[in-house]
Amino acid sequence: MDIDLIITSFPKLLGGALITLKLLFASMFFGIFIGLFFAILRIRNNFLSKIAYAYSYIFRGTPLLVQIFIIYYGFAEIDLIRKTFLWEAFKEPYWCAIIAFALNTGAYTSEILRSAFETIKIGYIEAGKSLGISKKLIFYKIQIPIAIKQSLPAYGNEIILMLKGTSLASTVTLMDITGIAKYIISTTFKPIEVFIVAGSIYLFMTFIIHNVIKFLEKKYSFNN
Amino acid sequence: MFKKTILTIFTFLLLTANVYADKIKIGTEGAYPPWNSKDASGNLNGFEVDLANELCKIMKHECTIVEQDWDGMIPALVMRKFDAIMAGMSITDERMKTINFSQGYADEVASLAVMKGSDLEGMSTPEGINLNLGGGDVDKALKTITGALSGKTVCTQIGTIHQNFLESGDVGKVDLRTYKTQDEVNLDLSNGRCDAALAAAVAFTDYADKSGEAVVLVGPTFSGGAFGNGVGVGIRKGGDDAIGKRDAKLLKDFNKAINKARKDGTISKLAIKWFGFDASM
Amino acid sequence: MDLLAFGKTGWGDELFVAALMTIAVSITAMLIGFIFALIFTPLKLSKNKFLNLIANSYTTVIRGVPELLVIYLFFFGGSGALMYVASIFGYYEYIEINAFITGSVAIGIISGAYSTEVFRGAIQSIDKGQFEASKVLGFKKHIHFFKIIMPQMLRLSIPNLSNVWQITLKDTSLISVTGLVEIMRQSYIAAGSTRDPLFFYSFAAVLYLALTFLSMQLINRLELKYNKGY
Repeated sequence: MDIDLIITSFPKLLGGALITLKLLFASMFFGIFIGLFFAILRIRNNFLSKIAYAYSYIFRGTPLLVQIFIIYYGFAEIDLIRKTFLWEAFKEPYWCAIIAFALNTGAYTSEILRSAFETIKIGYIEAGKSLGISKKLIFYKIQIPIAIKQSLPAYGNEIILMLKGTSLASTVTLMDITGIAKYIISTTFKPIEVFIVAGSIYLFMTFIIHNVIKFLEKKYSFNN
Repeated sequence: MFKKTILTIFTFLLLTANVYADKIKIGTEGAYPPWNSKDASGNLNGFEVDLANELCKIMKHECTIVEQDWDGMIPALVMRKFDAIMAGMSITDERMKTINFSQGYADEVASLAVMKGSDLEGMSTPEGINLNLGGGDVDKALKTITGALSGKTVCTQIGTIHQNFLESGDVGKVDLRTYKTQDEVNLDLSNGRCDAALAAAVAFTDYADKSGEAVVLVGPTFSGGAFGNGVGVGIRKGGDDAIGKRDAKLLKDFNKAINKARKDGTISKLAIKWFGFDASM
Repeated sequence: MDLLAFGKTGWGDELFVAALMTIAVSITAMLIGFIFALIFTPLKLSKNKFLNLIANSYTTVIRGVPELLVIYLFFFGGSGALMYVASIFGYYEYIEINAFITGSVAIGIISGAYSTEVFRGAIQSIDKGQFEASKVLGFKKHIHFFKIIMPQMLRLSIPNLSNVWQITLKDTSLISVTGLVEIMRQSYIAAGSTRDPLFFYSFAAVLYLALTFLSMQLINRLELKYNKGY
């Protein structure tokens, strides 16, 4: 064990944590809208809901690594992307990673929200109706907030899965925690020490997210 | 009985002890053509695969060539996954801190590459510069390159002499991107994500030939300094124990074998076959 | 379609073999994961704080660190640790763990952490009365576990284990560092060699989708079978 290396690599890896967090927040931000959009499509049983189901099935049924590689290396082959304004986004590894992560987490989020929508009791809607609240208002002010509360535990898990998923950004040249770890190893040739430090940083971040979600669950539970 | 069978199968799968001292394993990347690569049937080929087989014949060792990702090459050698590295790995001081090298068996000439039509194409420099020599010409060339590359995205494989050079400050500060393999560098160079790339000149010419992409070499060829002192066989640094002694002997054997292969023209012949010119040293 | 031809020129046969390898690694990893889970689930449910701590550390660390790092750590540290143990017994030669075992165990460690949680949840949902009933009937502890608790635990676990299976299957795409040629590594090699990443990574995605689809069909049947009589 090279203790010196552990100490010197720590601040460098912490620098990568910033990119990791940026990737995480951006992906979760876009992912929640994508998820909501497709979850709403799933409410009715029609052609659009089938498309939404296919989207979720494809992104949940294939590894994230494959998705990133298709978006980063694969899409660069397509003229429609490479020769148009789209290339401005797809040229950047940063945006490719965010697009891949957001689409991936969007698929899982749509499933979480869909099952939350399904468990909403008809009673709420009727209660709202009898109070003379419009359907739109019921949807936005009652159904959606309840759905969010019900999805919190599963969504918390999804955030942690996505945090771990961001480590794949290093495969498309980004210098997140894992990217920096690989970089340090390429000159020190000591993978174990560096990966242990990197792993600890991830673990700490998981710990924080886990506890924040727990706190929110408590805060929003109906029983307090 | 059943338990015994299971146990035997498990020991067989788990532990294949490397007891034959004269049987050695050589690690290569299989993704750096023409130095080493893989064909469509998954067989390793390339200059170093041929050379490794020749050297083993001379040393009368039984050899197997194993594949290892570049970014784990030296750690894998250190942890004894194999006994020698032949993977287009240049001899550098940085690597010498961790492993030993045989004498060089070939020269790696590095060069920048861009896509045809790039504004970097007109760079006017001498044909080749040796960083060890220094002097006015070298300084002038480095200055030209510094100016040309400033603000550009330059791509290279991670953990290579090319990365070391781009980070050395000799060409100022570039927007450096590092990749796991040269294949990925080539892809991003041709699709326009990289303004320029740095690698062995033959890696680019080989790519241009096979892909038909308009990749062209620009600027001087580089040697010396961060580019190290030729490509050699990487061997573990041994201690005083039995394994250390075996590694020390292996290093000697490789040196002798390289000497012989150089003298009888084997290396030159293989270099011409794979590179198109004599890169032996 | 030339790209998928069988034989020397195309990548069809290589990808087919790679898909078989993915299946083999996934199943082996899943089974290794079960072994881990069978060791750690009792520790998790134990009243002993120390045993709890061990089991909780295992599941928390493995589920809180990116799979890629777990695999790298096992790949670089695994045989070193094994050789260290061997050296205590006076064996100093190199011990080689082949790529298949390295990859399967690395994924198995991850899979096991998820299976442990599934088993724990399943056991906790078994009616407490049963534990007492078997005590009253004088069953020995291990008989009680293997004959009464385990069958129920497995049945209750199937729906969640199918999630673990999907995670395991997809995680095998990350073991290319071990040098094992499964779908992802073969596609990576083919994409590099033919410079057609779009085609090969898309094809890899199709292969994974097919594997997910087929295995889910199988699991659904299994679920129906085990739920007979309930």
